[in-house]
Amino acid sequence: MVLPTNLKHVATIEEYNDILKNNENVMICCGRMGPMCVPVYDVMEELQEEYSHVEFRDMLFDNPHAQIIRSLPEARGFMGLPFTIYYKNGKVVAATSSIQNREQITEILDREFN
Amino acid sequence: MEQKKYDVIILGGGPAGLTAGIYLARGKAKTLILDTATIGGQMILTYQIANYPGVEKISGYQLSAIMKKQATTFGCEIVSNIKINSLGLDSPVKKVTVNNKITYTAPAVIIATGGRSRMLNVPGEPEFKGRGISYCATCDGDFFQDKEIIVVGGGNSALEEAVALTKYAGKITIVHEFDHFQAFEHAVTEAKNNPKISFIMESHIVEFLGDESLKAVKIKNLKTGKINKMNTDGAFIFVGYEANTHQLKDTGLELNKWQEVVADENMNTNLKGVVVAGDSRAKRYRQVTTAVADGTIAALSVLEYLNS
Ligand SMILES: Cc1cc2nc3c(=O)[nH]c(=O)nc-3n(C[C@H](O)[C@H](O)[C@H](O)COP(=O)(O)OP(=O)(O)OC[C@H]3O[C@@H](n4cnc5c(N)ncnc54)[C@H](O)[C@@H]3O)c2cc1C
Repeated sequence: MVLPTNLKHVATIEEYNDILKNNENVMICCGRMGPMCVPVYDVMEELQEEYSHVEFRDMLFDNPHAQIIRSLPEARGFMGLPFTIYYKNGKVVAATSSIQNREQITEILDREFN
Repeated sequence: MEQKKYDVIILGGGPAGLTAGIYLARGKAKTLILDTATIGGQMILTYQIANYPGVEKISGYQLSAIMKKQATTFGCEIVSNIKINSLGLDSPVKKVTVNNKITYTAPAVIIATGGRSRMLNVPGEPEFKGRGISYCATCDGDFFQDKEIIVVGGGNSALEEAVALTKYAGKITIVHEFDHFQAFEHAVTEAKNNPKISFIMESHIVEFLGDESLKAVKIKNLKTGKINKMNTDGAFIFVGYEANTHQLKDTGLELNKWQEVVADENMNTNLKGVVVAGDSRAKRYRQVTTAVADGTIAALSVLEYLNS
């Protein structure tokens, strides 16, 4: 169960754990193919080259394994798709709910992953 | 500053801009589409489009992807998610500076910047976006299962989305600024007949309150001036659309009182070499079909201008 985007996906909890273990900087956007989600995937796709030190992934919100993201303490109070989580050395360093533009995303990437 | 020259720059990659891009690129004009967000525009906001002739049913996302591919296949260049620093439209060479890095120039510009949903612009609104405040019922409705929510607005979308949200929410209060609705009669009747929906009329939301998520709103009665606090788990805001013309204000371009770009039937504006297409143009009906028609006319007008 993955999203039909051009990004690399996260399909299972095992994969999620591997990605966090093997990458220093990770951004995962968990959503559907809705109007608030698509713009975030679009920006991530564009940033992949410029931010080659960051692992960009998406995850289908309705995949049962996405419970790992839905239940993060940092996502408490989130009531808008997508849930976007930023991890440094496996730890959550930032999280946003609902649509974000390129400026808002790069502000977090530059702050947390530089 | 790096400079790049084109025959035509199109501001906005919704259906109007993409159509113009297809026609211009096929007409062998060196064409660039610049978009401040995602290519597709409001089509991305539409789960399903069923009134675009020739295609029975398609998601807005897919229709956008096809139009984008058509434009790039013919040679149109596209740059999305940019930030515009300055815009010069009133001289023969038009200039657009983006990302503090590149200045694009061209003898002609098409304004296809479309529209967007209005925000309320009250304290707490940006902070609680995605934490209780939503602008999309289809996207976020299921977070509000059995919850008490408010819907702000009194037009067709507000009333229709309120009815759609009764599938999830336990109780819905519609807050509207006038004593009547600006929606079709059937939409008003359907909302009024729904036992889960109640109304607070002639009132404005003046503030959103909460901690990690939205907890309450302050509502001002416009007749008495009294402000009441009401607890709520969510707020869906549908208070209409506005033209994306904020950046065009000091360019010399003629806008009407709703800040829409004024043009003749060939899409020509008051500025030479500047044409407009789609929802940002002053007009009555705003659809994908009308945006596409505008885009065609705008492109053909520009080709004529370039050849004259
Ligand atoms: C929820 C919803 C459902 C709809 N359903 C339908 C439907 O079923 N059928 C139908 O026919 N129509 C529908 N519409 C209407 C239709 O989507 C619009 O009429 C159409 O998309 C307008 O096209 P446009 O190209 O003029 O503008 P938009 O689609 O708004 O595109 C404008 C583009 O310009 C960009 N932009 C904005 N400012 C700038 C700037 N300064 N510089 C550069 N780029 C800029 C924006 O990011 C955007 O990508 C719907 C609209 C909404 C909101």
